[in-house]
Amino acid sequence: MIEQENGTLHNAPLAMVTKVRGALRLGAVNGAARDRGMAVGMALADARAVLPDLIVAEMDEQADAHWLMRLARRCGAWSPHVMVTPPDGLVMESTGVDHLFGGEAGLAAQVEDAMADIGMTTRVAMAATSEAAQALVRYGVHNGQGPVADEGGAIRALPIAALGLEDEAALALSRAGLKTVGDVAGRSMAAIAARFGGEAVTALRRLLGEEQAPIAPIIRPRPLRFERRFPEPIGLQSSIAACFLDLMHQAAGEMAQRDLGGRRFALTLFRSDGARHRLMIETGLPTRDPALVLRLFDERIAALADPLDPGFGYDRITLLVPLAEPLLASQSALDGEEKQEAALAELIDRLSTRLGPDALRRLVPQDSHMPEQAQYAVAAIHHAPGHHAPIAWPAPAQGEPPLRPLFLFDPPQQVDIIAEVPDGPPHRFRWRGTLYEVSRFEGPERIAAQWWRRKEGEIPGMGGLTRDYYRVEDRHGRRYWIFRHGLYEEKPDPHWYMHGLFA
Amino acid sequence: MEAMDAALGGGLAHGCLHEIYAAEVGDGAAAAGFTLAAAMGMCGGGMGGARPLLWLRSRRAVGALGVFQGAGWAELGGAPDGGLVGVVGDTMGLLRAAVDGLRCAALGAVVVESWGTMRELDLTASRRFALAAEQSGVPLLLLRVDAEPSPSAARTRWQVSAAPSCALPQAGPGDAPGAPCFDITLLRQRSGPSGQSWRLEWDREKCQFREALSGAVVPAPLDRPAGDRAGKRHAA
Repeated sequence: MIEQENGTLHNAPLAMVTKVRGALRLGAVNGAARDRGMAVGMALADARAVLPDLIVAEMDEQADAHWLMRLARRCGAWSPHVMVTPPDGLVMESTGVDHLFGGEAGLAAQVEDAMADIGMTTRVAMAATSEAAQALVRYGVHNGQGPVADEGGAIRALPIAALGLEDEAALALSRAGLKTVGDVAGRSMAAIAARFGGEAVTALRRLLGEEQAPIAPIIRPRPLRFERRFPEPIGLQSSIAACFLDLMHQAAGEMAQRDLGGRRFALTLFRSDGARHRLMIETGLPTRDPALVLRLFDERIAALADPLDPGFGYDRITLLVPLAEPLLASQSALDGEEKQEAALAELIDRLSTRLGPDALRRLVPQDSHMPEQAQYAVAAIHHAPGHHAPIAWPAPAQGEPPLRPLFLFDPPQQVDIIAEVPDGPPHRFRWRGTLYEVSRFEGPERIAAQWWRRKEGEIPGMGGLTRDYYRVEDRHGRRYWIFRHGLYEEKPDPHWYMHGLFA
Repeated sequence: MEAMDAALGGGLAHGCLHEIYAAEVGDGAAAAGFTLAAAMGMCGGGMGGARPLLWLRSRRAVGALGVFQGAGWAELGGAPDGGLVGVVGDTMGLLRAAVDGLRCAALGAVVVESWGTMRELDLTASRRFALAAEQSGVPLLLLRVDAEPSPSAARTRWQVSAAPSCALPQAGPGDAPGAPCFDITLLRQRSGPSGQSWRLEWDREKCQFREALSGAVVPAPLDRPAGDRAGKRHAA
């Protein structure tokens, strides 16, 4: 068993603080701080009084847990069974694997070296049970320097805190004159059980290696990777398609067992001369329907700039599902609405695969009064309607004509003013080389600039130009949305722009 | 509108191809608005529970008309949430996407906004459209701007231009533009009369067209002072 503890190594005293029952207390300290009298559990005020130059940062338990999990994954290189013991410990089952790394001492040294490489301070101990290894690391006098020569003796020398009992029980034990684990182990188990309960006996037996507790290793799901190798390279389109369909059926079976559906599929074709072709497709909804995925790959192949060249043939084909999401087994009889949804999702997948993920979009309203920022066009493959709709489209007012145009120019296009009316829209303007006569207009609808987004925007005159929008209609009945960029007091000669077209 | 529906034998038919030509290039936005209004009617009123609309645009359409706005769609009485807007660079891609859309029976309608004479959009392509639309029941509205009518398999062919709206009185000088108005002509109808013209106004509240009172000024509503229109709207 190996036990490790992570910490930080700095020359300056550093402490992480955390809130314990409303008071700020030190949650972790580095070596420099420990040397100068800091200890975990001290109140921050006391610590500051003792050591004014203590560097303090807030403890982020979630980030610590995340990091510990990553370290646990890293430890998978040494042992298939790694257990996380929060907040700062990892337990590895070394039975049957230590000989690969030169025995227990070699394994411990490798783990320490690897952790030191990434800046972690570790304490490592090995023992017959995971509880004993953890106790040796946390309470042992040798302070975790690899395997100990006399394991039984080291464990018996541990303080009774290593039993992990309740404070009352630990206090009672020490009052009775029992200071070490060995002292307790010398008594009869029946007496301890009668006095301190069954847990004390269990903890003791586990420490002494007389009883094993199962460890709960983190489970890493097998990657969804499927492969076919061929003794003879294959090059025929039909053979490749058949092989792919076979792979996809296998993947579908595996995903069905795990209640998963793929959102992303990667097909890699290894040519016998070493070249590799990699094709990737995405779907909007998780799926494991082989025919559907095959159709999408067909689209992808058809959209390739230079077609797939099998050359002397492919000798290996792999299918990887890098992104999968939960998908429960489907009912055999879909009702009409679900069927429609599925058909729509398939259409979106197909068009997005062929034309690119950004070609097909859904419009989502945004909370902005700037007309050009009032909507956000999101890729349809990544967005189902109603997923995030905190804002609704502004409801048109009863009896009013449309106040927002159907099309907006991005950016607005400048128009030349022929006949200007102060404080009103122009009578005549020229846009794209054509002269327009305004017969009807409404406005202005005044839209202020987003002064809060600008540096020093709160100072008058620095907040950006105000826009005065006019709905105008020309003699033919075509309706436009034009604006003057800047009030007359803001700018001496403001420009006019065409921003949008009404139906 | 009854007269129009009677001429068509009961409104625009589902499951077939309708062509809408803008009378001039400048009528592109008006033709698009008419197409959207018609498509909304075919999707089921544009209200909740309606089937989604797929609006496909060529890249030239985006350059000429600008970016399609959900707010403008909502102003016409539609529900932009369910809609899909696609921009396709090449003509072949646009036509293929339209056929794929037509084969998907979950859609309410497909609109293709094409600009200029598209060589690829020939009789064969339009037959393919008509066939796909017939099989799925999804109508295709083919909006054509800056193009001359050519032989096609369309059920109906329309010409649309913008029409002066029914002006709304305001306290200030002049009149304000009213609800969108269109001059439409039924250029051709398969096995039916054609050549009629109407001036239509879009009624957002009822989500249908009505005959426009051309040139007339709508009287000021009683429940609201006329000066309201002149009140400057502010937003910040």
